[in-house]
Amino acid sequence: MNRFARLFAALDGTTKTTAKTAALAAYFRDAPEEDRLWTIALLSGRRPKRAVTATELREWAAGAADLPHWLFEEAYSVTGDLAETIALVLPPPTRDSAETLGGHMRALVALVGRPAPQRQAAILAAWDSLGPDERFLFNKLITGGFRMGVSQGLMTRALAQATGLEEATLAHRLMGDWTPAGTSYATLIGSDDPAAAGRRPYPFALASPLEDPPEALGDPADWLAEWKWDGIRGQLIHRPGAFALWSRGEDLITDRFPEFALLANLLPPGTVIDGEVVAWGGDTPLPFADLQKRIGRKSVPKRLLAEAPARLLAYDLLEEGGQDLRSAPLGLRRARLEQLVGALPAGGLLGLSPALPVTGWAALASLRAMARGAAAEGLMLKRLSSAYHVGRKRGDWWKWKLDPFTVDAVMIYAQAGHGRRATLYTDFTFAVRDGDDLVPFAKAYSGLTDDEFRRITDWVRRHTLERFGPVRRVVPELVFEIAFEGIQASPRHRSGIALRFPRMLRWRQDKTVAEIDTIQTLRVLLAGQRGFCTPAPPEEI
Amino acid sequence: MARAPVLTFTDRGIFCPAGGFHIDPWRPVDRALITHGHSDHARPGHGRYLCTRQAAPVIRHRLGPVRLETIAYGETRRIGGVTVSFHPAGHVPGSAQIRVEQDGEVWVASGDYKVCADGLCEPFEPVACHTFISECTFGLPVFRWEPQEEVLARINRWWAANAAEGRISILGAYALGKAQRILSGLDTGIGPILTHGAVETTTEILRSQGYVLPATVAVTAGVSAKSHPRAIVIAPPSAQATPWAARFGPTAAAAFASGWMRLRGVRRRRGAETGFVLSDHADWPGLNAAIRETGAERVFVTHGYTAVFRRWLESQGYDAGIVQTEYQGDGIDSAQPETEGDAPE
Repeated sequence: MNRFARLFAALDGTTKTTAKTAALAAYFRDAPEEDRLWTIALLSGRRPKRAVTATELREWAAGAADLPHWLFEEAYSVTGDLAETIALVLPPPTRDSAETLGGHMRALVALVGRPAPQRQAAILAAWDSLGPDERFLFNKLITGGFRMGVSQGLMTRALAQATGLEEATLAHRLMGDWTPAGTSYATLIGSDDPAAAGRRPYPFALASPLEDPPEALGDPADWLAEWKWDGIRGQLIHRPGAFALWSRGEDLITDRFPEFALLANLLPPGTVIDGEVVAWGGDTPLPFADLQKRIGRKSVPKRLLAEAPARLLAYDLLEEGGQDLRSAPLGLRRARLEQLVGALPAGGLLGLSPALPVTGWAALASLRAMARGAAAEGLMLKRLSSAYHVGRKRGDWWKWKLDPFTVDAVMIYAQAGHGRRATLYTDFTFAVRDGDDLVPFAKAYSGLTDDEFRRITDWVRRHTLERFGPVRRVVPELVFEIAFEGIQASPRHRSGIALRFPRMLRWRQDKTVAEIDTIQTLRVLLAGQRGFCTPAPPEEI
Repeated sequence: MARAPVLTFTDRGIFCPAGGFHIDPWRPVDRALITHGHSDHARPGHGRYLCTRQAAPVIRHRLGPVRLETIAYGETRRIGGVTVSFHPAGHVPGSAQIRVEQDGEVWVASGDYKVCADGLCEPFEPVACHTFISECTFGLPVFRWEPQEEVLARINRWWAANAAEGRISILGAYALGKAQRILSGLDTGIGPILTHGAVETTTEILRSQGYVLPATVAVTAGVSAKSHPRAIVIAPPSAQATPWAARFGPTAAAAFASGWMRLRGVRRRRGAETGFVLSDHADWPGLNAAIRETGAERVFVTHGYTAVFRRWLESQGYDAGIVQTEYQGDGIDSAQPETEGDAPE
């Protein structure tokens, strides 16, 4: 654990990517193989099942520190992090321990499902053998939500440095639903066994936001244009003995979308398709909220299958006849994809994400402006000569999103943030005007600088009207421009609407509460978005 | 019949009606008893000042020509109808708790204090009293300080590692107290010690009073990373990351020593800087021990996590209250000189 704590301190102590990569590569060279495996798992979001709930941790920690619960909660509200609060309030350890990361993780996994007294005894014993930094990490490992400021790409690069293997090869080997309990470091990293590949997905190719005018991309004829769909990016795998649907977050979501099982009979074995899972409304996708209903549940009731039927809009063909096509140019992959999808029954579970007509940048810009009517978020531009890259590689794939909707609103509630933003008020509730009333309609916590949050925090402390636990009702005075991607009717919200991706675009210090938007503004946006649905989506070509 | 309180709380500060004086007032008054030289406690504009002999030189330097009398630690003085005496608070050199006795009833105003001896300032002495007015800057159980030797050893290791890599070390610390506490713990074998002007002035005053401090070089026009390789620079937090600090080159390593560095969120907000947890205020165990040792039945808390700490004291059987004062910085993130900043409440 000590070695892992030192790694964490090194990663935490720098913002330089090269220094992080070097620290991680050194760790991958020296640490015991089991620790390496667990580190890869943790840094790629593969958390073991939780052995202990957050409530249990709070109770046991407050007890061990001999603090009343209210005081523990006060301390938690100041640090903003449960793992840290526990690490700081516990009395100093009375024992030393040389237990490794792997050893601790194995012990935690073994605790799952054991009776509470046994789990409590094990956790208290571990706390009593760890210093504050190690305790903090140990708690983070229990509670999950563990971020070390290391992207999967950075981890893969470090692993490539340590092993001498290609980054792309490693990225592929690390994909899928392996667990540290079910494999070994040597098998995971070293194996090139096609049988092990099974349902393993390829790393997703990602696009960068287009910031410059599209004219900078050169000849429009070199590009494929598609709608940017608002669904779940997915990879459908049909190999001998394996049928799987993966989300971009590397979650296996095959069971969430049982209708796709039919495709196993229709697609030739050795096929891998990259696409977007959407809830299908006949000619356009349904709003994301309809798809969301299906994500949260393990089994899908019949009613939901009928209300929000899923469809995969295919973007790309990554494997055909068992052959990895990723290095072939997109133009060729697309032609093969069209052939494949064209051979399936029309209007079925698998459709093409249509290629939009590319006659010039101006025409594409007008198409982009109609994206909402097509239930899309904007356009995707992909270079026809491009390979299917591992991860995000600037230059070949761009997302050209619509400008968001915006309204001016006033802050009415504030709550302190977590982690790096603990002790700052960063989570705000906003209201628009409805006659003489203020109607809350959105919560947001991103979009401002630390310095702005600091100034607002000062202001919140001086302008609190009421406290409800961690939430403060404040004088309705500060005006913000709120941006969002979509708007929907929602009977569950007092305002009658729900927003998609609300965030603070800027703090409007030049505006007073008299100048904020009204609920009517939002209703017009809502009606407008519905109205947009009338123009038919462009023909598939 | 309840007696009139020995000390009262007014919008100018803590006031003693029977003695006709204020303690650490924040608006001009006729007669001010000052616990220590930090700018939120020793303010300009009062008619007369009284402080310890050890605190006087810095206060004179900061406030200019004021009418100032001194008193020895433990010496009693009759002012109006009360007897006052000053007792070491262990906060910074010369700092004091002020004891006020009226007809056998004793109140103590703590000013700022820490209970662990730091090897430089006069160590904190518990003073028995009926009512104790306490700070509680770090009045939460997450604040628990490591022994000073361990923190200083860590600072020396950090300095030595930077020196070995050819980097200058710049350590942020408040000019009065924290800076000298660190200076007295530095391993002078590692390299030269440079000081920002604000730190140097205070250090020189304290050195001439007889506090034992290592040799320092004030950063002036000719001083740079070239002229003083392997150096550590002690500067007020506000001087870090300014053009002033640029002379030490882009590779200079920055660090900050404060009790707030105990919180990861605060450390992370300060970016790549290294944080050393070192405070001149009492930690949670320190506050509790100090209050217990006074034997007081009643405690007023002035600045810090006052609401939480009062509730805690009440649960421990004390009669506890909160006093609104202006002994406050403007928050955890302030790089304010002299004070460690107030808690968020």
